Amino acid sequence: MSNVLLKLIECVGRAITLFWQVFLLFTEELGRIMLLLCSAIKQLVLPPFELRNTFKQVVEIGIKSLPVVLITAVFTGMVLALQSYTGFKRFNAEVMVGTVVALSITRELGPVLTGLIVAGRAGAAMAAELGTMRVTEQIDALETLATNPVKYLVVPRFIAGTIILPSLTVIADIIGIIGGFFVTVTVLGANSSVYWRRTWDYLETSDIYNGLIKACFFGAAIAIISCYKGFYTSGGAEGVGKATTGAVVLSSMTILISDYFLSAWLFK
Amino acid sequence: MIEIVDLHKAFGRNHVLRGANLKVEKGESMVVIGGSGSGKSVLIKHIIGTLKPDSGSILIDGVDIAKLSENELYETRKRFGMLFQMAALFDSMKVWENVAFALMRHGKLKEKDAKEIASEKLRMVGLMGVEDLMPSELSGGMKKRVGLARAIAHSPEILLYDEPTTGLDPIMADAINDLIIEMKQRLSVTSVAITHDMHSAYKIADRIAMLYEGSIIATGTPDEIKNTDNAIVRQFITGSAVGPIKIEGVTA
Repeated sequence: MSNVLLKLIECVGRAITLFWQVFLLFTEELGRIMLLLCSAIKQLVLPPFELRNTFKQVVEIGIKSLPVVLITAVFTGMVLALQSYTGFKRFNAEVMVGTVVALSITRELGPVLTGLIVAGRAGAAMAAELGTMRVTEQIDALETLATNPVKYLVVPRFIAGTIILPSLTVIADIIGIIGGFFVTVTVLGANSSVYWRRTWDYLETSDIYNGLIKACFFGAAIAIISCYKGFYTSGGAEGVGKATTGAVVLSSMTILISDYFLSAWLFK
Repeated sequence: MIEIVDLHKAFGRNHVLRGANLKVEKGESMVVIGGSGSGKSVLIKHIIGTLKPDSGSILIDGVDIAKLSENELYETRKRFGMLFQMAALFDSMKVWENVAFALMRHGKLKEKDAKEIASEKLRMVGLMGVEDLMPSELSGGMKKRVGLARAIAHSPEILLYDEPTTGLDPIMADAINDLIIEMKQRLSVTSVAITHDMHSAYKIADRIAMLYEGSIIATGTPDEIKNTDNAIVRQFITGSAVGPIKIEGVTA
């Protein structure tokens, strides 16, 4: 009997130790991300400004993510209209489809899905590029050429991420609502003026700009997390692979978790 | 002049540098030799300030660079040029943009003027017509030459070489040795090279220092090193597996 009890205590002890170690690792990583963020913000306000590099990153993150964002937004709007139309029909509330699509997209799906796509596309690319630069000593070379790598590499990506994500979200919002309209009116045969009236009647500007505030936060988070993962890569090609995966996973988790708390705070 | 005084550095439990002392006179070519994992790279990274010492100091003309603020450190680095082991060229930029990087960033030169200077520096290292190529289109030896052109582009006073001949065929390695000697004569720079290639060390060094178990155990001219009585140095320069130096991970 006492043996079983000892085993049980041992198991609990091990579990607590493991939990504690994971917690320590998590806080250490969070601390280092915050340090990089502080350093990036400091370099952001000090001249010289990296305008050319920032523009290059805006094109890299923004323009090149646009096609995927468009496809995702239009199909999300379409399926949302389809599902809510058939669902709402059960209690004769089909007229509300326009409202549901507009509110879901602007408040939630626009920023979150755009964030997840940019995390997968641009976040992975940032981590892989910076990671490769780290393992091939290009970041050290920047230092020896009297160039602060945080200023040269991290700041442009951080600015680009923060301004590009809300911009992409605006486009995703519009395209998503149009997608919903297309399915409701053309495929399901609802009245188009009812759809638009229901969209505008219940949509408030705060729905849109609070969604965009979320998008700004997601953009900043993706950039700083991905840069962090790339910047501190070690261990050659395998390390670059791990950094890339880590960047996508951590960015996506951050988006999904922070989305809840941001929503609870912004949409009271 | 570079002076390293009682330098200690540990990474976790791995105590890499254990009180290294080294003095490099102005205009001198110093070569630091030592086995793989002896801390040569760590030493050279301290000289340019990308690593901070746990204790000890690195004096450049009497100023301890470990105590400089971030801005002062970046200012000081403008006096340095460094050639990396794998050249570390920026692979997103053309060859000339690599060479002209510091000029365009710190010298505020116009693109046209910077490209002209880049071409001139590339000619100095024996390359012509490669300005508009990407680094991925170059061979290993050419990359090293471009790396060297980038290191000398802003006319530094101190040049650091991280294993300049590693990974090159013997003829290309010798060509790089000749270039290093030429750079020293033409630009009258102070240089520090780390290598385990003894042929290269004898050729480019005014003085050689041996790093072993975290400290400098011997310094001298190439002739003095060749004729040393120190058993550790003898084993290293003759390249013998038998002797006082234990090979890591191998039990006799």
